[in-house]
This record gives sequence, C-alpha cells and structure tokens, in this order.
Amino acid sequence: MNAYQACFSKLDRAALIPFFVIGDPSYDVSAELVKAAIDAGADILELGIPFSDPVADGPTIQKADLRALKAGMTPARAIEFIREITAYKPIPIGLLVYYNLLVQYGVNRFFEDFKQAGGTSVLVADLSIDDADEIIPSARRVGLETVFMATPNTPDGRLRFISEKTTGFIYAVSLLGTTGERAALSQTVRPFLSRLKRLTDKPICVGFGISSPEHAFEVAQAGADGVIIGSRIVKFIEENPENPARIKENITRFIRDVLDKLPPQSPKSRPSS
Amino acid sequence: MKHKGRFGPFGGYYVPEVLIPALEEIESAFEQFRNDRRFLQELNTLFTDYAGRPTPLYHARRFSEVTGFPVYLKREDLLHGGAHKINNALGQGLLARYMGKSKLIAETGAGQHGLATAIVGALLGMETKIFMGFTDVARQNVNVRKMRLLGAEVIAVEGGTGTLKDAINEAFRYWTAHVEDTFYLFGTAGGPHPYPTIVRHFQSPIGQEARRQCLEKTGRLPDIVTACVGGGSNAIGIFSAFLDDPQVRLVGVEGGGKGLQTTQHCATLCRGRVGILHGARTYLLQDENGQIRDTECISAGLDYPGVGPEHAHLKETGRAEYVSVEDEEVLDTFFLFSKTEGILPALESTHALAWLCQQKGILPPETIVIANLSGRGDKDIDIVEHHRPLASRSL
Ligand SMILES: Cc1ncc(COP(=O)(O)O)c(C=O)c1O
Repeated sequence: MNAYQACFSKLDRAALIPFFVIGDPSYDVSAELVKAAIDAGADILELGIPFSDPVADGPTIQKADLRALKAGMTPARAIEFIREITAYKPIPIGLLVYYNLLVQYGVNRFFEDFKQAGGTSVLVADLSIDDADEIIPSARRVGLETVFMATPNTPDGRLRFISEKTTGFIYAVSLLGTTGERAALSQTVRPFLSRLKRLTDKPICVGFGISSPEHAFEVAQAGADGVIIGSRIVKFIEENPENPARIKENITRFIRDVLDKLPPQSPKSRPSS
Repeated sequence: MKHKGRFGPFGGYYVPEVLIPALEEIESAFEQFRNDRRFLQELNTLFTDYAGRPTPLYHARRFSEVTGFPVYLKREDLLHGGAHKINNALGQGLLARYMGKSKLIAETGAGQHGLATAIVGALLGMETKIFMGFTDVARQNVNVRKMRLLGAEVIAVEGGTGTLKDAINEAFRYWTAHVEDTFYLFGTAGGPHPYPTIVRHFQSPIGQEARRQCLEKTGRLPDIVTACVGGGSNAIGIFSAFLDDPQVRLVGVEGGGKGLQTTQHCATLCRGRVGILHGARTYLLQDENGQIRDTECISAGLDYPGVGPEHAHLKETGRAEYVSVEDEEVLDTFFLFSKTEGILPALESTHALAWLCQQKGILPPETIVIANLSGRGDKDIDIVEHHRPLASRSL
C-alpha cells in the first residue's frame, strides 16, 4: 500500500489537499505556513517548485512563483524544504514541477533526492502521458508514485491510458483553463467525474478553481477522493504580504472550514493495481 | 498525436494535457489539407494576389560593393504587412477556417506577426486577439495601432520583461481556457508539435523561390544563405530549400545585444543549453537551475530565450551554423544599408546584413550570397532614432 492508499483508506471523507508554492513568500514563512496547514488538518500536501514561466498557472500562482524566486528558492532548496516538512510530521507530499527544472537537475538525481526527503509523488505540469516514459522508469526505480492530469476534454481512450500510468492519484482538472480562484464551480466537474469513475478505479483528486468550502463540498459530494485547493490558499499570502501571523490564521481557519464542510464518505480501500 | 514532431532529439510537444486534443486536431487538419486541391488553390491565390508572392530576388549592387562579394536579397519586406510573417499567417489562418474555427489568437514580439494575424483575421472575418508584452507594446507602437485599426484586440501582457516569451506564456494560458473555438496562430518555427512543421511548410516558398531565382540569375546555387534567427521562421523558410545542397553554407544570425560576454543578448543557439520551454525541447537561455533568463536585444522580433527545434537539430548536426552580431553593429548596418540601397531594413533582418558586413575581406569576391530580407524597417524608426539621435549623426 502506498502513502496515498494508506491515507485514503483511513479517511471517512474526501482528503483535503492544500497547494503551496515552496518558498512563497520566503523559505521560513513558507515552512511555517505549510506546518500550520498540517496542524489544521491537511491530509496530503501538493507543493510546487517555482518556475519562471508557469504556463499552466493563472495570475495568483504566477505571482507566488515570482515571490518565491525573488526570495531565492531553487530546486535544491525545495528538497531541503520538503525534508524539513516531513521531519515535522510525516504526510504524503505530491510535487508539482515544470519539466525544465527536472531536466536541468537531472531526472534521476532529482527523484532520488526528493524520495529521500520524504516525497511521495511527482506531477510534471508540461509532460503529457505520451512522453511519460521519460520519467516513469526513474520514478519506479526509487519508489515514487506518478500523478497525471486529466482534463474535461481528454477522450476516454486517453483517460484509460492515463489511468494505467498513474500509481498515485489522477489529478482531475475541473475545467478548461489555468489555475486560479473562480466564483462558481465549473459545470463540467460532475459529468467529468462520473465519466472518470466509469473508466478508472484509481483515486481521483479534483483541482483548479476550487475556492470555497462550498466548492469543496460539491466536489466531494460528486465522489472525488480528494480536493486540491491552490490559488485560494496562495491568495492568503498575496493578501497579507507583511503579516505572516495573519496569513497563518487565515489559512488555518479556511482549512478548518473546509474540513467541517466535507461530507462523510465510506473509506476507500482501493485495489493496489 | 500521430507524429512525435522530433528533429533528432529536439522538438516534441511538452504541454499540459488540456492542450493535447487541440494540437491533435491541428495536426490532423494540417495533414488533411496541406495537399488538398481547393485549399492549395485558395492559398496560392492569396499568396500571389493578396500578399505579393513571389517576391523578387534582388542583386543589391551598392551594398555588394561594401561587402566585396555579390549579395542577393530575398525581398520578403515587400510582402503585404511588410514581413515574411504573412506567409504563415495566411496558411494557418486558412487552415483555421477549414477547421471551422471562428477565433484567432497570436503572440507577437516586433508586432509583425501580430499585424499579419490581424490582417488575416480581417480578411477571413475572424475575431482576433493579439498578445504582446508591455515592453514591446511601447517600443513597437506603430504596429499596435495598425493591429487595432484592422479590428484586432491587442492585449498588453504584464508578466516578466514584457517581451515575446511573456506574450507566448499568456497566449497559451488564454488558449487553455478557449481551446474549443479558438485557433492559436503560432508565429514562429518553435512551440509544440505540430507548429514547427506547419510554420516551416508555410514559410518554405521563400526558399523554393530563392533557389529557383538564384539559378535563373546566376546560373548556379548560392555559396551562402543567411537569415536572422529569432524563433527561426524566416530562416527555416529560406534554409529548407537548400538542406539537400551540401555545398550551400547556411548561416543563422542571432541577436548579440550588448555582447555575448554579458547576459544582455538573445543568442540562444550560440550561448544556450538544451531544455524545455513552450512545448519544445530545444536550446534555451537559462540559469543553472533551469529558470528562463531575461533577454535583451535592440530587435523585438529576436528578443526570445528559445529557438525553433529544427534549428537546434541543424546546429547539432552541423548542417547550419549560428552566429551573432551586437546591437551597435546592427545600428551601423541599418544606416549604411538604408543609404546604399534605398531600403529601410527591419532591425531583425539587419542582423543578417551586419554579419555580411563582418565578412568583408574574409569571403572571396566570387562568393554568391542570398540574404533573407525578412521585413522592412518602418516599424523601427523610433528605436533607431532613440539610439542614434539625428543630431548626433554626422553625414
Ligand atoms: C521582420 C522580421 N524578421 C524576423 C523576425 C524573427 O522571427 P523569425 O525568427 O521567426 O523569423 C521577426 C519577428 O517578429 C520579424 O518581424
């Protein structure tokens, strides 16, 4: 059983997965905020290494990437960061990274270092399933899980292919678009989730645009195994650049609100295919 | 996707999953229509009657006296819109219409590709949005005004240094949210497959004409074909016809900016390292961690930290060579060339001319050179006068 299966099988609700850009707004504050999210009850973490050209991201995460880069975040320091977090408390960590950063570090070496720091899975934002074999052997060798994105416009055949290559969870993108807060949950989520559930028995976590406890509730209600909340969390940092204590308070409260809202579900015991 | 879109180890389509269906759709439409009789007829008529193809191959006699060897100019500057960009914009625009798309988006640096797309959008009656970095909006303002007059919406992109890279990022983001009805009309021979192949295809008349015209005028093939390289579309357009003529030297000229010893240049093939950006594995200007570097160049159209993957392959295999010239040399050549030939060259194209000036006394006098004059310089007069105010110029 991998770390995700262990997590999903002990929960009687959908997993709450906050996203942070590592080192936003600085190494120390970022570490404090991530630890606060764990203390508030986050089940899994999705962490991103900042990149100069994040094409899959909307304005909120773009700005977070810039803040983190300005404060000196690098892939090597991101590994240290992850080590510090998993030492604080063991928690499954999924990494989101743009491919060029991996390629420059060296895929094999990066995966070894990330695994060693306690990481669980990798998702490469700009590497599609067609080229997944550029990283899968390296991931399997060190025992990292692979996570891939599926989008509402992905055809059935491709979704099956994505499912086959996934050992962690399927990252279901709720809409056609980049990351970013949205006022309303996308209409495509429900039909997309039911299509996905017909095609795969892998855990499915939904992300992009989930901005409130109500959105999280709806997604969980529709059968998601996990809810990924990115821009809304990151926005708390943008809103109070000079006040880490306030950011921490806001994030803690938000996570508790979401947890209160998540409906009960029977625990998943997923086949470990 | 039917093909991988590789040029040796370069190219591919490294994009988020959400864009794959759109790229697949374009790939299959391109395969379907590239040899379709009706499509070809329509495109050829647009090329000849609307854009002004074939363009002349002109023996620049007075400039040749300066260099000491004969230079022939492929006059893409005479095309409608003032640059080679219209070839690709007409080709992809027509493809978009055959695919039933109603909206076009494009990125632009110098504004020439944005202008070409705005022209095609008006011509084909398609709603058009152009993404352009804020720095370029300021320095290529004439083109911004032209695009708006043609009915296109110009979106000033705030990220990064406000140049071509940032415009491409934002165009991709917009496309992600509008893939269903919008065609991304990519402007250079880079980006994810199938763009490098499509752009080369629609730019290849430059080389086919130039090769035939050179044989007609001189009775033989040129010794050297040279072109400036930003993303690489005008260069691949003219190089492509000579790839199987090993005796023809192919020379791509990149923006040397303030010098390759500084970081203020955009000489990607001369100074870059292989990585992945905007969907392709290719040479990139980047720091040791893989963060993409800011570039700087007097010519907005070359100011880009990546390059089309086929050029990366041509460099690696040695079939083409890539050099650079600095801003100051480009300005010198701009004035010299304008006065000797009566043609204002685009600052982009002037890079190739400046390299030829450097070859004076190096290349033997019987060397026949074709330089791709990819565009005209009207858009650049503000920049040129800013760098070299009239009052400070003797002569
Ligand atoms: C006249 C002209 N030449 C060349 C370029 C560079 O592009 P490419 O390398 O794709 O030909 C541009 C780009 O804007 C241009 O306007």
